[in-house]
Amino acid sequence: MNSAPANSEVQSAPTRRGASERRTLADHPLAQLTVVRFREFLREPEALFWVFIFPILLAAGLGLAFRNRPPEVLQIGAVTPNLARALRTEKLLDVRVFNPETGLQALRSGKVALLALPAPNGGIAFEYDDTNPEGRTARMLADRAVQRAAGRIDPVSSNDRILREPGSRYIDFLIPGLLGMNLMGSGIWGMGFAIVDARRKKLLKRLVATPMPRHYYLLSFALSRLLMLVVEVGVLIGFGALVFQVPVRGSLLDIAVLSVVGSFAFGAIGLLIASRAQTIEAVSGIMNVVMMPMWILSGVFFSAQRFPDALQPVIRVLPLTAVIDALRANMLQGAGFAQLAPQLGILGCWTVGCFALALKIFRWR
Amino acid sequence: MPESAPKAALRIRNLRKTYKDVVAVDGLDLDVPAGECFGLLGPNGAGKTTTIEICEGLTAPDSGEVEVLGLHWKSDAHELRQRLGIQLQDTQLSEKLTVLETLCLFRSFYHQGPAADTIIGLVQLEEKRNSRIGGLSGGQKQRMALACALVGEPDLLFLDEPTTGLDPQARRQLWELIEQLKLAGRSIVLTTHYMDEAERLCEQVAIMDHGKTIALGTPRELVASIGVEHVVEFSAGGHGKTLDMQPLRRLDGIRDVRLENGSVLMQATELHRAVPALLAELDRQQLALTELRTHSATLEDVFVTLTGRHLRDE
Repeated sequence: MNSAPANSEVQSAPTRRGASERRTLADHPLAQLTVVRFREFLREPEALFWVFIFPILLAAGLGLAFRNRPPEVLQIGAVTPNLARALRTEKLLDVRVFNPETGLQALRSGKVALLALPAPNGGIAFEYDDTNPEGRTARMLADRAVQRAAGRIDPVSSNDRILREPGSRYIDFLIPGLLGMNLMGSGIWGMGFAIVDARRKKLLKRLVATPMPRHYYLLSFALSRLLMLVVEVGVLIGFGALVFQVPVRGSLLDIAVLSVVGSFAFGAIGLLIASRAQTIEAVSGIMNVVMMPMWILSGVFFSAQRFPDALQPVIRVLPLTAVIDALRANMLQGAGFAQLAPQLGILGCWTVGCFALALKIFRWR
Repeated sequence: MPESAPKAALRIRNLRKTYKDVVAVDGLDLDVPAGECFGLLGPNGAGKTTTIEICEGLTAPDSGEVEVLGLHWKSDAHELRQRLGIQLQDTQLSEKLTVLETLCLFRSFYHQGPAADTIIGLVQLEEKRNSRIGGLSGGQKQRMALACALVGEPDLLFLDEPTTGLDPQARRQLWELIEQLKLAGRSIVLTTHYMDEAERLCEQVAIMDHGKTIALGTPRELVASIGVEHVVEFSAGGHGKTLDMQPLRRLDGIRDVRLENGSVLMQATELHRAVPALLAELDRQQLALTELRTHSATLEDVFVTLTGRHLRDE
């Protein structure tokens, strides 16, 4: 470069080609690309909402709607104070005293499930609708209370052991489902939108015009997904555990590995979807077509077993089904990797297949 | 040191590229000496961008030979990427990143080059150092694109229409920047369809049309080659009479007469004889002069003379 004119101070860089330079880890292209992924994600408030806030709102809302209520106390009526006193010994009955006319009215309008009246023979008459389960339950409870109050001693003593265990409630079913859905959403959307947006802006083309190693670009997605996963999975499982006592019976390490494997499968699918699309509209369409069936079939909100047997083999090989089944087995039944091998195998196949195909047809411009 | 300072920054022989049924580049030859700013001029669709993208290693040619800095894309792609600075026609950098963050990213791809802040100073974006790209003006974005091309301390810069779509002030600012780079001895290849840009910045210009070079030389040589120094443009009319163009062609010092958008364009060798002759002729035809303009011949006139079309016809 001796031919360069003397006034080269505009370059103001003493280093010329070949000069080695001290570089920190933060200057590594992979680090820079990964940091950029984070910056772009964190500076997109909508993305933050969908990834972190939305699943929690959904879990909270559904958890509340389907919460297990305490055993119901039945409303019944009695027409004499004595009768009422006898009936009140039963804790599951809420007894109100009526005169015969208003009592009948309350029964007919469903305010009470049963009306207890003194019978002419000195006994008791129960008026209720025997097609109404509440009525039948009230009849049994009321009769037992009256008999016991009159001094009946049951020949066989019995006592109750109540089992209300976390793990069999709807919220326990739901949290692994939402977790799987979240992994799918952020894997496919995160990959699809970012890549197609960069292609549309010709940023991909600009990047491959630099010496950037191309695999670093894809690796940066994998790395940023891994770090984001910790937060995503942690927030949802933590929320379930703290607010609804959703159990995690399997090992946390297994959950971590499952999340990573699932995330890579969805990431590979996202990459494949984004490998050629030129516009955001196109990629959104494909993503919805791919994800919609899984939202419905894979058992996020209700068991996939409800679909006909003929469909089951298809449903079982969907990546979302595999992720959710594995997460449920881990969290609710404490299943280990040995039992999850089929699901892990399915996810592995999706990852390898989609990734290989995506690399083959990927367009940088 | 692999630095075998090549005499030619760029050497193209018989380059061809066809897209489906469109011939984009049709047997192009080009030599760009090192240290020079070389302009590729031509209308849209002339093959400028295809040519430059082949040189940048982004597009594979159908046939022909391309030697960049004495290297070839087939064998030396990695080294070439390190040594080229590239600005594409319409890259949108990520809007959510700041100027500094974007430059740090691009800087990380190159083995060597100035610090990001040095480049920010060079393209005069100090005040926008921590602003997001999305908030920059068009001119600032173009300077940012140039900055990204400079982070690797390139030996050869490719600028594809660096000032298209900018207002005059932003264009001048970018020109000054490119002139600075020229002073620093960099080889530059730029495409443009602005004649004034090529005349101001380029030592040599190749005019392209339909994938071929139709003229090559310094801007001065090219203008001189059409043998015309001035262009006289006028419109005349009045009292329902129309201008008879035939006598104009026989006027002293007039070479070519064309009608364009209601005005008459005449190429003149000597203005001081052509204009009085024109006025006399109009007087004879009893026509009033409604508009009269003259300018020195430019590369635009060269293009019009060579092709009969304007560069900006779209």
